[in-house]
Amino acid sequence: MGFRSEEMCLAQLFLQSGSAYDCISELGEMGLVEFRDLNPSVSSFQRRFVSEIKRCEEMERILGYLLREIKKANIAVPEAEVLPAAPAPKNVLEIMEQLQRLEVELSEVAKNKEKLQRNLLELTEYTHMLRITRTFMHSRSRHEALGPQYEEFPSLDTESVTGCTSMQRLGAKLGFISGLIQRVKVEAFERMLWRVCKGYTILSYAEVDESLADLDTGEINKNVVFLISFWGDQIGQKVQKICDCYHCHLYPHPETDEERADIMDSLRTRIQDLQNVLRRTEDYLKQVLHKASESAHSWMLQVKKMKAIYHILNLCSFDVTNKCLIAEVWCPVSDLTNLRRALEEGSRKGDATVPSFVNRIPSNDTPPTLLRSNKFTSGFQSIVEAYGVGDYREASPAPYTLITFPFLFAVMFGDLGHGAVMTLCALWMVLTEKHHARRRPGNEIWKTFFDGRYIMLMMGLFSIYTGLIYNDCFSKSLNIFGSSWSVKAMFTERQWSNETLQTNALLTLDPNISAVFSGPYPLGIDPIWNMAVNRLAFLNSYKMKMSVIIGVIHMSFGVVLSVFNYIHFRQKFKIYLLFLPELLFLLCLFGYLVFMIFYKWLAFSARDSRLAPSILIHFINMFLMQGNDTTPLYPGQMGLQVFLMVVALLSVPVMLLGKPLYLYWLHHGGKSLRVHRVCLFFCGYERVRRVSEEDLSPSIVHDEEDGLSDSGGPQEFDFGDVFLHQAIHTIEFCLGCISNTASYLRLWALSLAHAQLSEVLWAMVMRLGLRMSSKLGVLLLVPVFGVFAVLTVSILLVMEGLSAFLHALRLHWVEFQNKFYSGTGVKFAPFDFSLLPSVFEQDGLL
Amino acid sequence: MPSLLFCGPKLAACGIVLSIWGVIMLTMLGIFFSAKSAVLIEDVPFTEEDIRNDKNPPQTVYGLYNQVGINCFIAAAIYVGVGAVSLCQVRLNKRQEYMVT
Repeated sequence: MGFRSEEMCLAQLFLQSGSAYDCISELGEMGLVEFRDLNPSVSSFQRRFVSEIKRCEEMERILGYLLREIKKANIAVPEAEVLPAAPAPKNVLEIMEQLQRLEVELSEVAKNKEKLQRNLLELTEYTHMLRITRTFMHSRSRHEALGPQYEEFPSLDTESVTGCTSMQRLGAKLGFISGLIQRVKVEAFERMLWRVCKGYTILSYAEVDESLADLDTGEINKNVVFLISFWGDQIGQKVQKICDCYHCHLYPHPETDEERADIMDSLRTRIQDLQNVLRRTEDYLKQVLHKASESAHSWMLQVKKMKAIYHILNLCSFDVTNKCLIAEVWCPVSDLTNLRRALEEGSRKGDATVPSFVNRIPSNDTPPTLLRSNKFTSGFQSIVEAYGVGDYREASPAPYTLITFPFLFAVMFGDLGHGAVMTLCALWMVLTEKHHARRRPGNEIWKTFFDGRYIMLMMGLFSIYTGLIYNDCFSKSLNIFGSSWSVKAMFTERQWSNETLQTNALLTLDPNISAVFSGPYPLGIDPIWNMAVNRLAFLNSYKMKMSVIIGVIHMSFGVVLSVFNYIHFRQKFKIYLLFLPELLFLLCLFGYLVFMIFYKWLAFSARDSRLAPSILIHFINMFLMQGNDTTPLYPGQMGLQVFLMVVALLSVPVMLLGKPLYLYWLHHGGKSLRVHRVCLFFCGYERVRRVSEEDLSPSIVHDEEDGLSDSGGPQEFDFGDVFLHQAIHTIEFCLGCISNTASYLRLWALSLAHAQLSEVLWAMVMRLGLRMSSKLGVLLLVPVFGVFAVLTVSILLVMEGLSAFLHALRLHWVEFQNKFYSGTGVKFAPFDFSLLPSVFEQDGLL
Repeated sequence: MPSLLFCGPKLAACGIVLSIWGVIMLTMLGIFFSAKSAVLIEDVPFTEEDIRNDKNPPQTVYGLYNQVGINCFIAAAIYVGVGAVSLCQVRLNKRQEYMVT
């Protein structure tokens, strides 16, 4: 993990053009370095390798189409066992060819399939139509037996199969139009026909049983077979137009029954053939997709890596001779040997004549921050970085967060039972982590919880500990060692009798009576407090004092951590002008408060508890420099308090004016010039040698090469600016001390809330099930426990857990880290194939 | 035979977790009630008459303690049954998942 971020250096890579691709592929596999863009002014279309990137994108497009087809056919894409490396440029064409061939084949097959399906639909509709119009004809043929009837209005005449001949005798030609129309349109169709043709047509229709799919829209709806008989040519045209309007599928109407039977037979065989062919086509399509799915994953990875490599190659610049690529990278100093090895490997793979090499160069820019972490520390690292990534080579608060964060969480969450449940849950996630990591978790919330499994495990373990201390397990206390309070002693010492019990609702156990209180409980709070009515009064006092103590310790630790930064960045003066006054201010006031708390706990016992003074009154009196009317806690208290107040008050102007005045004196003072020059020389010299240090002071000038230049005329030393910043810092620190100490009282508040919620849940839910004394009462206990468990998990674990997590996080981010951490750095983002997102995964295709 | 599967994989898993928790916690509660723990006094259904009419104190209250303890043990046993049913459901779900793919 590391105390501070790693030392980084800027390096130049000289890559031979032939093997550049392989070298960068090696670097991508190892994930060592971060590339800088050497062509920032060039747009993405003007870059060197833009055609290669276009080719990659074309391949990605085809892959996307392929994956979509595979997903539609419900075929799973198996993952490759060994992740493939980026393909050499000569293999790229092969992959491209394969993909293009697949694309062409797939689109052809899909088109054919669609045509066949359309054909099948037409034939099916025709069959239905023929079948149903036969029933129309035959139902009418019954009327035929009565002989043709000539009526005045031929439109009302029902025609029959042979009836058309009788009509022809009249010189009129009867026409038929038959087809299918969607059921929802039938009424409108009929009305339109009536209005337009003015009764010269007869429409008969019947519904088709089977619902057919409409290939254009893809919906499945009911259709209706209709038969229109009309009289006259013009009417025929009108009817035709109306049918077109309503998107009817028209089919030729057979004249005779035999014709109809013939057509139906041929249709039947054709439909069977078509279904056969369709089935074979689908099988073939599935086969093709299945074969493609085997290599789809590895193709996808190869294309992704190739595209990334070309993108990086675009960031490099070509040298004058055009034979060598130059890349600038940020590399951790400890990884330089690995970098050299990777370049050698890449050169070897690319069959380069001249090997590529790396050269370290000095730089003025601030390097990015790298803090290495493993699977355990990465969770804690990420919650620290969520506030801000540390400056380069700044002391990182992350290692301490490993312990302090779960501890502060546990102080607010302290319950043995809930801690145990949380631990078990986290333990399950940790033990099955390999299985979960392989399976790509889709849910974002689950992923967040899974990434924090080690944090949850630590929080659970620490909660078990604080649960033991608070002696709270699902709101009940555990009597492990035997309570130190004895009720019997009150009887044996003649304080209470049976009459006392009957006449008093509440009685007080007096610890001053012998044998009632036999010493403190070995670990934690005595279990008898669980049954005491004044439990909260006792616990509140204890928890508030504990919160203040923990808060002052945490904040002092934060102030002390700033010393490490000052020493590292060669700002020794800040130790005397910033650290010392800050620490003195904090400890003289709030350290003294902690001392008073401990003193009162140790000096006063049950015997003189009535005389124990209120610490708060004494603290306030200290500020007001009063206190003559109250008895002192210890001899010499007044004197000590005055002394501490004076020290604290004096440290404020030191904090306010010390640093600005010192820097001013440094810049404009005469005597220190020589010292300053020597100082600067060493600074400058060392900067050339070890380029990793950067002085954080805004005012000391850095001339790298000429360390002996005139330091009398600095670039900018803005006294006003520095003084303003320091004033803000001083006010923030001093007022912040008070507010931050009070802020730590949330440790008390949340633990109180958790305990009360837990107690209420037990009293209102579990007690109902337990108090049932009837025979069937036992059956009530089962669902009552279920409700209790569900509410415990949802309210007490999830809601309270998240709340305590958030508050512990806030205490770290604000109260702890603002004492020493600046957090304005940039995170090191190495070029690593495994960290690149995949376009297909984002689309949900994989 | 109609399928015995009536809940999905997640519900069955929740069932298993709930029953394990139920068995452990109710058994411990049963033990603590049988040990006549003073902290659990408020969960025992005793009334004012029980104490006043007690011929041989505190046997009535102890008897009630035992009763609640036995209730807890019976409930724990029922949760063992619930756990077994959930386990069956989990196995059936796994088998169905295996057969579909």
